[in-house]
Amino acid sequence: MIAELGLAALWLAAALALLQLAAGVLALRAGSSGTGATLAALVRPVAILQGLLVSFAFLMLMWLFARTDLSVALVAANSHSDKPVIFKLAGTWGNHEGSMLLWISVMALAGGLIGWAERRLPESTLLATLAAQAFVGLGFYAFLLFSSNPFARLAQPVAEGMGLNPLLQDIGLALHPPTLYFGYVGLSVAFSFAVGALVTRQVGPDFARAMRPWVLGAWIFLTLGITAGSYWAYYELGWGGWWFWDPVENASLMPWLAATALLHSVSVLASRDALRAWTIMLCVVAFSMSMLGTFLVRSGILTSVHAFAVDPERGTFILALLALNVGGALLLFILRAQTVTEGERFAVTSREGALVVNNVLLSAILGIVLLGTLYPILTDALGFRVSVGPPYFNPVGAIFVMPMLAVMAVGPLLRWRRDSLERIQKPLVFLAVLVLSAVILSLMVGYSGILPLLGMGLAAGLVIGSFLPLRGRNLLRVPLNVWGMVVSHFGIAVALFGMSSEAAWSVEKLAALDTGSQTQVGPWSVVLTDVRPRAGPNWTAIEGTMLARYEDTAPVEAAPQSRTFWSPVQQTTESALVTRWNGQLYAVIGSQGDDDRWQVRLWWKPFVTFIWYGGILIGLGGLLALIGRLIGDLKRRHATRRIADRAAAA
Amino acid sequence: MTRISGLSVLLSLLLLPCAVTPAAAAVPPPPFAYRQIEDPAREAAAQELMETLRCLTCQSQSIADSDAPMAGSMRHEVRTRIAAGEDPEAIRNWLIRRYGDYVSYSPPVGAATWPLYAGPLVLLLLAGMLLRHRLGKRS
Repeated sequence: MIAELGLAALWLAAALALLQLAAGVLALRAGSSGTGATLAALVRPVAILQGLLVSFAFLMLMWLFARTDLSVALVAANSHSDKPVIFKLAGTWGNHEGSMLLWISVMALAGGLIGWAERRLPESTLLATLAAQAFVGLGFYAFLLFSSNPFARLAQPVAEGMGLNPLLQDIGLALHPPTLYFGYVGLSVAFSFAVGALVTRQVGPDFARAMRPWVLGAWIFLTLGITAGSYWAYYELGWGGWWFWDPVENASLMPWLAATALLHSVSVLASRDALRAWTIMLCVVAFSMSMLGTFLVRSGILTSVHAFAVDPERGTFILALLALNVGGALLLFILRAQTVTEGERFAVTSREGALVVNNVLLSAILGIVLLGTLYPILTDALGFRVSVGPPYFNPVGAIFVMPMLAVMAVGPLLRWRRDSLERIQKPLVFLAVLVLSAVILSLMVGYSGILPLLGMGLAAGLVIGSFLPLRGRNLLRVPLNVWGMVVSHFGIAVALFGMSSEAAWSVEKLAALDTGSQTQVGPWSVVLTDVRPRAGPNWTAIEGTMLARYEDTAPVEAAPQSRTFWSPVQQTTESALVTRWNGQLYAVIGSQGDDDRWQVRLWWKPFVTFIWYGGILIGLGGLLALIGRLIGDLKRRHATRRIADRAAAA
Repeated sequence: MTRISGLSVLLSLLLLPCAVTPAAAAVPPPPFAYRQIEDPAREAAAQELMETLRCLTCQSQSIADSDAPMAGSMRHEVRTRIAAGEDPEAIRNWLIRRYGDYVSYSPPVGAATWPLYAGPLVLLLLAGMLLRHRLGKRS
């Protein structure tokens, strides 16, 4: 009954999306006359109802997972009655059908929120936006209802489910996919706004202000999602790596890069009415990257082109949706290219100029990640296999990342419209000296590659540079969104320092230890005191107890495990981390050798945690900016209402 | 359905490491899979090489990041050869002859891979032209 309720709600929501699209389009064509007004009045409530219905469907699916209803195919294939409740719930979106339902739920809710709260846009642009959203949504409804029904029943209920991959049974990973999906969906909202503004030829500051919170929100979620995913890979995979340039990671990085560029160009459009066409273009690119990411992850094409060819239905469907949405938007863009004028002009040396340089460099980085991610798939389809990995992405990416970071430090010091480098000569020289001293300082510690060295220098420049926009200002009066920029840029510096330090100064030690014997890794001495079995709800494990001592401080206990799950059968390493302010000790216990000694892997990674502190700071900066903007919007709305009231009273 | 494609279906949005089943781990790994070379300079060279070689049975990991038995044997191979004084690039070439270009994460510039390196050059030119176009006429 629960499954049928969910399916019925999903069909109804799809029908409402169709109504939303039809009413929106017809209302736009009819204009503000009688029928037009009636149809237009329908769109907002329908959008809200659609959001509520599809969320109801998603809740029904969660309920099915919570109860482990094994008559539902999806639950039987992905859950298990022994799993802890939290992972049963997380199992709802840890699979293809469920995650697509989550996508459309969030997207419809976002549409509902726009319908309920958006008051800045001209009504016609709002109608076009919601119609565009319904159009994109209908593609996903069709996908779910015709090819990936999450509520399908089994003819014969099974006795026990197949279980969820043990690696995914981790609280960080339970929350990671929804975080990224919120980001993807936020970008789909930006896309709908862009289409709406193109349809009604209203590309200007109002459109940018209406869209900005959504882009900011999407960007915050993507930032946090990528940060959490990277930390998960770091502690769960057991080898201390935090970024692998894996296509799945790139699938989340590419929308982030596009969103970062979009965020900055939206700001220029909102405050200066410049970069109109460029902003629209970035909206389309950002959403294409979200859909491309979904395609890469969902189609199975990453395992191999052949796995994709065996079961091409899903992949083809997503690809068709991608082509339809993006192709349609680009066509509209070309048709409207004449009417979207360039907007306000500005000099090269200006805030806008720096933002344009930053945008172009970000787009180039995006291009490289895209090329490196798709190229192996392409060659595989042509019959030969190549691997593209860190030795490609790191140096080639750095060619664009390094100048971008330099511009990032300088740009916020420039004034809007027109400025000169002479005016900011002092801070420029100061920053250059800072970068140079950091490079020399880290050379004195020891040379280990040009990239970490440059990273160290730029990080030092940025740490101070990010705060320079605040100099000479009354800190209490600095708007929240400026604080947001400062904190985000500072976060980039912190993360960059962590990455460079990890790359340059990590120490690795592989050792075979008896209980009671000791080994050394960097400044740490580690004793393996005990090894004993452990049991969890759905696993057994070997747990090593280690006493780790940093130089002469008191020893700390670390207890890494090697776990064996039984549904499905798989071994995982649960690394033990000892965190100090200046880095982490990373300990793993492996198997027992023939000589009865235990394989132990240890790393000392100086300042590695700064990578994720930086990520959190970047997200926090986004949040500050978002709050600042929303408060500003509310104040403005209040003020206009007061003026209207006064006019009415007069 | 192979183990790995089974995993990728389960996968939500992140990479997955190799599935290590207890059966696979039952065969003891060769000594240098989990042991370092005594000489730190040689170990560093081996580590640098291992980070750029692909674990062929994994989704997207280097042999320096994997518990898969095959990654273990390849680490053993690399460390033994480096300890014997062989040149890292010679070892890479030997592995490429054996397993194909796929095993190396740094694609050599060649008939199959030139677009990877031409691409960024084109991007560089495009970026330059775009900046000139957007900013040039305003100065």
